[in-house]
Amino acid sequence: MRDASLKILVIDENAIRAAILEEGLREGGFTNVTIVRNMANLLRSIVNADPDVIIIDLENPNRDVLEQMFQVSQTVRRPVAMFVGESGAEMIERAVEAGVSTYIVDGLKKERVKPILDMTLSRFNAFNRLQRELEDTRRALEDRKVVDRAKALLMERRGLSESDAYHLLRRTAMNEHRTIGEVARSIVTAANLLEGSL
Amino acid sequence: MRTLRVGFLPLVDSAVLVAAARAGFADEVGITLELERENSWATVRDKLTIGHIDCAHMLAPVPVASQLQIGNPKARMVAPFTLSTNGNAISVSNALFDAMADTGLMGERRDAAAKAAALKAVIDARERRGEERLTLGTVHPFSPHNYELRYWLASAGIHPDRDVTLVVIPPPFVVDYLRDGHIDGFCVGAPWNSVGLKEGVAKPVVAITDLWRRAPEKVLGVREVWADAEPDTLDALLRALKKAAEWADDPANVDALVEMLAAPDVIDMDEAPIRAALTGRVAICGEPDEPIPDYLLFDRNGATFPWRSHALWFYSQMVRWDQVPLSAEGTELAGGAFRPDIYRRAFRGTSVTLPSANAKVEGSLTAEQPVGSTTGRLVLAKDGFFDGRVFDPADLGGYIDSFAIHSRGLHEVWARAAR
Repeated sequence: MRDASLKILVIDENAIRAAILEEGLREGGFTNVTIVRNMANLLRSIVNADPDVIIIDLENPNRDVLEQMFQVSQTVRRPVAMFVGESGAEMIERAVEAGVSTYIVDGLKKERVKPILDMTLSRFNAFNRLQRELEDTRRALEDRKVVDRAKALLMERRGLSESDAYHLLRRTAMNEHRTIGEVARSIVTAANLLEGSL
Repeated sequence: MRTLRVGFLPLVDSAVLVAAARAGFADEVGITLELERENSWATVRDKLTIGHIDCAHMLAPVPVASQLQIGNPKARMVAPFTLSTNGNAISVSNALFDAMADTGLMGERRDAAAKAAALKAVIDARERRGEERLTLGTVHPFSPHNYELRYWLASAGIHPDRDVTLVVIPPPFVVDYLRDGHIDGFCVGAPWNSVGLKEGVAKPVVAITDLWRRAPEKVLGVREVWADAEPDTLDALLRALKKAAEWADDPANVDALVEMLAAPDVIDMDEAPIRAALTGRVAICGEPDEPIPDYLLFDRNGATFPWRSHALWFYSQMVRWDQVPLSAEGTELAGGAFRPDIYRRAFRGTSVTLPSANAKVEGSLTAEQPVGSTTGRLVLAKDGFFDGRVFDPADLGGYIDSFAIHSRGLHEVWARAAR
């Protein structure tokens, strides 16, 4: 049983990403995973969970709450240290790129944490890719709508056929080093301005 | 044009960086300043460490902690420029305010010592009744807020590590935490004290300028290796920041500055609480807001100069509260976190007034005083502490020993108890 005893706390307001990570950790044999999504009184949640490893989304403002746990205090029995691995800056860089930050309790061996960190980074990166793909799809859909609208405007105002309107858009985009979507958007914006609908 | 990325937190005291980036001062020196908003000091520090950002809006004690390699330091950081002075306040929940008022010890509106005495009486009464300790929030273990709050509590005989529970809370959450009863008070910067009051959940009781007339708050943080590698860029940046600080301090520019700071990509908030901080109209004790001079300042009386004595004062408090031991080497490292030498280099031969010294006795000025400088035109303001103490950086040990309330050795006791 590989380190199933390690208590892992995942602090992430993004439910989907937290679930993806939790699933990965469980598949990797880490069964003791707690997800915290409610940020109110986080310090108390952490003290109650008494974790060995804390994984927190880099953009979460509560990271400064964890920073306080580096100090010995009466509330936190075991101070927390940031895990950087052997390679220092390179590891922070990978973590920052993935958008994740990992803390471990003092005295925990780094090699026990490495598989957890590797899993976290790969799952966060997978999630980021997924998000980018969704974003790209959304933009492509929007672009298509706006291109259709711009084509309709050109057909109506300049009496062009649909394919001529599209070619005009494409040529303009090439000449101006812009995307077709950008050109279409400026046509639609201009038309809206001229018609006073903005 | 050279592009520099600057990390900042959405607070009013980011004003100098924001003005440098948005009002043309950086452009004038050939620098494009890209503002990168972050959500935590930890993230600003990490991004600075790996060079994702070149410089940062930084809590003044953080470079000191980084030189001492305490907390969670990675890269050594230096502070060649002070971005803001004062601006914090201590607020308490309405219930705690009423309990403090009931003691009859609150004194004049801006009497910080009386407020601490009232709190002490409340804490003693709670203890007699067997009630749990009050919980107070600050923004980071290495924040001016932490040392200011502790200094104020201890002045009235309240031990910050024994008589209350101190927690860290991100500034945007303090008001909600107070409303939900997780904390009873906090020490935080602008605009959050005004927001707490406006939301009807807290009352500011002490403006920091009434604890220490000139309390260094935010600095420009850069990696030490970067400062060494890029002296010309850094000098140009400091010259832009100095112009921006002069502009931000000028009451004629308040409207423009408020609008700049309220923007969606800066603080993203309505203008009133931002304006309140910039004009000193923060209603201490909830009473009509007589403007408080020097509530938050950026430039006047040599405020941008990175005094070594400021770095050493933070070190004295780190020792006092058991974050680090006192040593000759530590003193050297801590003092070296602030870099007046870089500041002097950047402004040599310009009209900017440079003081003759790199350190001063903090709290010794009871009136405005002209001091030795390159132009003979530098007037230092009253810089007193409210308890009349004086900090002589040449006698760190004596200063630290003079405090009856401290936590030296306390963590060792706790660690033993936990084993």
